Amino acid sequence: MVLVLAIGDLHIPHRAADLPPKFKSMLVPGKIQHIICTGNLCIKEVHDYLKSLCPDLHVTRGEYDEDSRYPENKTLTIGQFKLGICHGHQVIPWGDLDSLAMLQRQLDVDILITGHTHQFKAYKHEGGVVINPGSATGAYSSFTYDVNPSFVLMDIDGLRVVLYVYELIDGEVKVDKIDFKKTATTHATH
Amino acid sequence: MIADGVEDEEKWLAAGIAGLQQNAFYMHRALDSNNLRDALKYSAQMLSELRTSRLSPHKYYELYMRAFDELRKLEMFFKEETRRGCSIIDLYELVQHAGNILPRLYLLCTVGCVYIKTKEAPAKDVLKDLVEMCRGIQHPVRGLFLRSYLAQVSRDKLPDIGSEYEGDADSVVDAVEFVLQNFTEMNKLCYTACQSFILLADPELRLAVGLSGLQGPAREKEKREKERSELRDLVGKNLHVLGQIEGVDLDMYKDTVLPRVLEQVVNCKDELAQYYLMDCIIQVFPDEYHLQTLDVLLGAFPQLQPTVDIKTVLSRLMERLSNYAASSADVLPEFLQVEAFSKLNNAIGKVIEAQPDMPTLGVITLYSSLLTFTLHVHPERLDYADQVLGACVKKLSGKGKLQDNKATKQIVALLSAPLEKYNDIVTALKLSNYPRMMEYLDSETNKVMATVIIQSIMKNKTRISTADRVEALFELIKGLIKDLDGSPDDEVDEDDFKEEQNSVARLIQMLYNDDPEEMFKIICTVRKHILAGGPKRLPFTVPPLVYSSLKLVRQLQSQEENPFGEEESTTPKKIFQLLNQTVETLSNVPAPELALQLYLQCAEAANDCDLEPVAYEFFTQAYILYEEEISDSRAQVTAIHLIIGTLQRMHVFGVENRDTLTHKATGYSAKLLKKPDQCRAVYACSHLFWVDDQDNIKDGERVLLCLKRALRIANAAQQMSNAARGSTGSVTLFVEILNKYLYFYEKGNPQINVAAIQSLIELITTEMQSETSTPDPAADAFFASTLRYIEFQKQKGGAVGEKYEPIKV
Repeated sequence: MVLVLAIGDLHIPHRAADLPPKFKSMLVPGKIQHIICTGNLCIKEVHDYLKSLCPDLHVTRGEYDEDSRYPENKTLTIGQFKLGICHGHQVIPWGDLDSLAMLQRQLDVDILITGHTHQFKAYKHEGGVVINPGSATGAYSSFTYDVNPSFVLMDIDGLRVVLYVYELIDGEVKVDKIDFKKTATTHATH
Repeated sequence: MIADGVEDEEKWLAAGIAGLQQNAFYMHRALDSNNLRDALKYSAQMLSELRTSRLSPHKYYELYMRAFDELRKLEMFFKEETRRGCSIIDLYELVQHAGNILPRLYLLCTVGCVYIKTKEAPAKDVLKDLVEMCRGIQHPVRGLFLRSYLAQVSRDKLPDIGSEYEGDADSVVDAVEFVLQNFTEMNKLCYTACQSFILLADPELRLAVGLSGLQGPAREKEKREKERSELRDLVGKNLHVLGQIEGVDLDMYKDTVLPRVLEQVVNCKDELAQYYLMDCIIQVFPDEYHLQTLDVLLGAFPQLQPTVDIKTVLSRLMERLSNYAASSADVLPEFLQVEAFSKLNNAIGKVIEAQPDMPTLGVITLYSSLLTFTLHVHPERLDYADQVLGACVKKLSGKGKLQDNKATKQIVALLSAPLEKYNDIVTALKLSNYPRMMEYLDSETNKVMATVIIQSIMKNKTRISTADRVEALFELIKGLIKDLDGSPDDEVDEDDFKEEQNSVARLIQMLYNDDPEEMFKIICTVRKHILAGGPKRLPFTVPPLVYSSLKLVRQLQSQEENPFGEEESTTPKKIFQLLNQTVETLSNVPAPELALQLYLQCAEAANDCDLEPVAYEFFTQAYILYEEEISDSRAQVTAIHLIIGTLQRMHVFGVENRDTLTHKATGYSAKLLKKPDQCRAVYACSHLFWVDDQDNIKDGERVLLCLKRALRIANAAQQMSNAARGSTGSVTLFVEILNKYLYFYEKGNPQINVAAIQSLIELITTEMQSETSTPDPAADAFFASTLRYIEFQKQKGGAVGEKYEPIKV
C-alpha cells in the first residue's frame, strides 16, 4: 500500500492566503510516501511546506511558479504504475480530455496527473487514467466559477489504484472513492 | 600566624581554615569521650577564627560554612546530653563562660536551639534573649554572619500557628517580632558594611590603611559589587522567613510587617539596598497582600533615594499583579475594589515626573507593564488601554524616532500586547493612540511591528471588511508597503524582502466585504497604497489585487443589473478600467511576463461579461508586451501557450477581431526560435479554428492548413538535424502531428481524410526504420500507443469504429 498525494494550483499568495485549515489538519507528515504536484504553488514557502509532509516531492512548472527550474513534465514509476505529471497550460485546448490523452500516450504512462483548470476530474480511457486534483485552495480560475478546494490521495496496491477525492464543500470535507484496475497487458516492445 | 603588611587573603583564609580544622579535630575527640568541658574549650577556640577582620565577605563565608558544619555536630552532642539528663539551663549557663564574645554568642545560639527543642521554655523567650544578645557584635561582617546563623538555625523553631512551638495566643506576634528585629539589625550592619566597601574601593584610601593598590579598577569594582549583593542576600533571607510564617495574615502584614520593613528600607538610604529590599518585598509576599496595601507600597516610592531604579521595581510589581489577575477570574473584583489601575497609573506618572532624565527605555517599560496589567485586569476597558498608550505617546513626543534598540524592542512588545489579548486587529485599531505610537518607530522596527500585525490577522483569520479599516491598517503597516525614509533600503536581504511582500500579498486576501460597493472601495484603497510601493514591490502586490478585483466582477455578474442604478455604482466595466491601469504599472518594474498573464486573465473575465471591446483591448496590451518586451525564448513559449489557450476559449469576439488576433497568434508561433517549439505552437493554433461548442468556429480548411504547416516545420527540423549532426533526429513531432490529425478526423473535419492519415503513418514508419534516424525509445513507445489507440477505436464499433476501420496500421 503506497500513498501518493496529488495536489496543485494552490496559487499562494496571489489568489489564496493559505490551505483551508481542515485540509491542513488532515495533511500530516509521515503518512504519505510520495507527493505529486501539478504546479502553481507559487512560492518557496509552499514548496517547503509540501516537502515537510514528505521528502519525495515531484513538481512540474506552472506559469505562475516563482521557481522556473521545475520541469515542464515528469514521469516516475511507483509500484506497477507509470505516472506522468504536467501542469496542463501547455496542452491546448485546456482541459480537453482527448488532447490530454495524447500527452498521456506521448509520455507512455498509465496515470497522467495534470492541473490548470482547478476542476477535479478523474477520467478513464483505453490508455489509462487522467486525474486533475483541482485546486487545493479553491483559487480563482478563469475556467470555472465554482471552485471547491480539493486534492486527491492515491492508494497504489499492486495492479489496483484507489482514488480518494477530498473536496471542501460548504465548509465540510467530503470524500469520494474511485477504483481503477490496470490490465496486466504488456506493451508491445520494439 | 598571620603576617602583617601585604594583603594576601588566600593565605589568611588558608590559615583560618587550618586553625579551625585543628580545633575541630580536638573538639571531636572530646565529644567522643563525652568530655563536655574540653568540647566547649576547643569549640570556642575553633570559633575564634571567625573573629578575623582580614577577610572579605566572600572569603569569610567559606570559613563560616566550615564552622557551621562543625556546630551541627556540636548541636547533636548537646541534644544527646540533654537526653542523658544534663540540664539545658545549665548548659546555657556554661557556654557563656567562653572568653570572647563572638564564640560565646555562636555557642549560645546553638544551645538556644536545643533549648527551644526541649520545650522547657517558651520559644519566644529564648529567641528574644538571643536576638538581643547579638547586639554585642557591632562589626558589620561578623555581626551579619552571626545574625545570619541565628536566622538559619531558628528558622524551623519559630512559634508559628500550627507549629509545635506555638505557645499561648499571640505567639505569632513574637515570632514576627523576632524576625523583624533581626532584620532591622542586619539591615543596619549591612549598610555600614557596604559603606566601608565603597570607601575601600578608593585606591588612595586603601594605600592609607596599608592595603595594596587595586588589581584593576573594573574588576575590583565588580568584585566589591558582588560582595555587597551577597551581604544583602543575607539580609533579604529574613524577609523570606517572614513570608513563610503561616500566622502572618493580611492584617498582621498591613499593621506590623509592612510598616516596619518599609521604615527600614527608607531609613537605610542606600540606593542599591533599597532597590533590592523593595523587590524582595514584592517577590516574597502574596499578591493579594500587595493589592490591599497598594497605597502604602506605592507611597514608599517617592521616599526612596532619587537614584533608585524604581521603574524596574514598579514593572515587576505590575507583572506579578498581571499574572495574579490572569490566574483566576475570581480575583478580578478585588482589583476593581482597590482601584488598582488608577493608583498604578498615578504612581507611574509621579515617578516619571520625579525623574525627568529617565531614559526612554525606562518609560516604555513602565507603560508596557501597565498595559499588560490593564489588558489582564480590565480587558473590556479599551479606554484604559488607550489612556496608557496616550500617556506613553505624550512622554515620547518631541523625541523623534527612537534610535535605541532596546527601546524599540520594548515598543514592539507594548504594541503586540493588545494584539495578543484581543486576537483581533480591528479592536486594536480602535485605540486612537495605537497608530500614534507606531509613528515613533524607525522604519526597521515599523516593519517588524507590521509583520506582527499581519501574522496576528492571518492566525486569527480576521476579516477586515471596511475601506476605513483597511486605510487605517495600511497606515499602520506602511513600513512594509513603501520605503519610509524616502530612499530605498538597499540593505534588505532579498529573501526577507520576498517573505515580507508575500505576507502583504496574503493579507490582501483577507480584505473582503460581501457588499460590492464597499468591496470596490476597499480595492481602491489597497490600490492607492500599493502603487506607492515602488517597482520592487509591485510584482508581489499587484497580482492579489487583480484577483480580488476579478472576484468582485464575478460577484457583480451574479447580481441582477439594476436599471435604476446610480451613475456612481460599481460596474464590471469600471473595474476593468481600474484593472487596465493597475496592470499597466507593472511596466515600470518591468515585469512583462506577469503583466501578460494578468492581461489574459482580465480578457477572459471580460469575455464572460460579454464586453468585446474591453476584452480586445486586453488582448492588444498582451500582444504588445509579447512583441516588444518578451524576448527570452522560454518565456515566449509559455506566453504563446497562454495566448493560444485563452484565445481558443473566447466566444465574445466578432469575426474580424477574432481573425486579427488569430492571425497574429499564428504568426508569433511560426517565429519562435526553436523548430520543435514552432511546430508545436503552430499545430496548437489549429484549435483556434475549431472550437467544439461554437458551431461557427469550425473551419476545417484552416485547421488542415495549420497541420500541414506544422508538418513542413517538422520536415525542416529533420533536414536541419541531418545537416548539422548527420542524423535526422527524432520522429516525435511527426507522431504528435499524427495524433492531431486523428483528433480532427474524429471530430468530423471533412478536410482530413484517411489517405492523409495513412501517408503520415507510412512516413513515420519509414523514418523510424531509416538508418540515418536517431533511435528514440520514447518516440517508439508513443507511436506504438498511438497505433494501439487506433485499434481500440476500431473495436469500439458503431460510428467511431466505422471511421477508423479503413486505417491500416
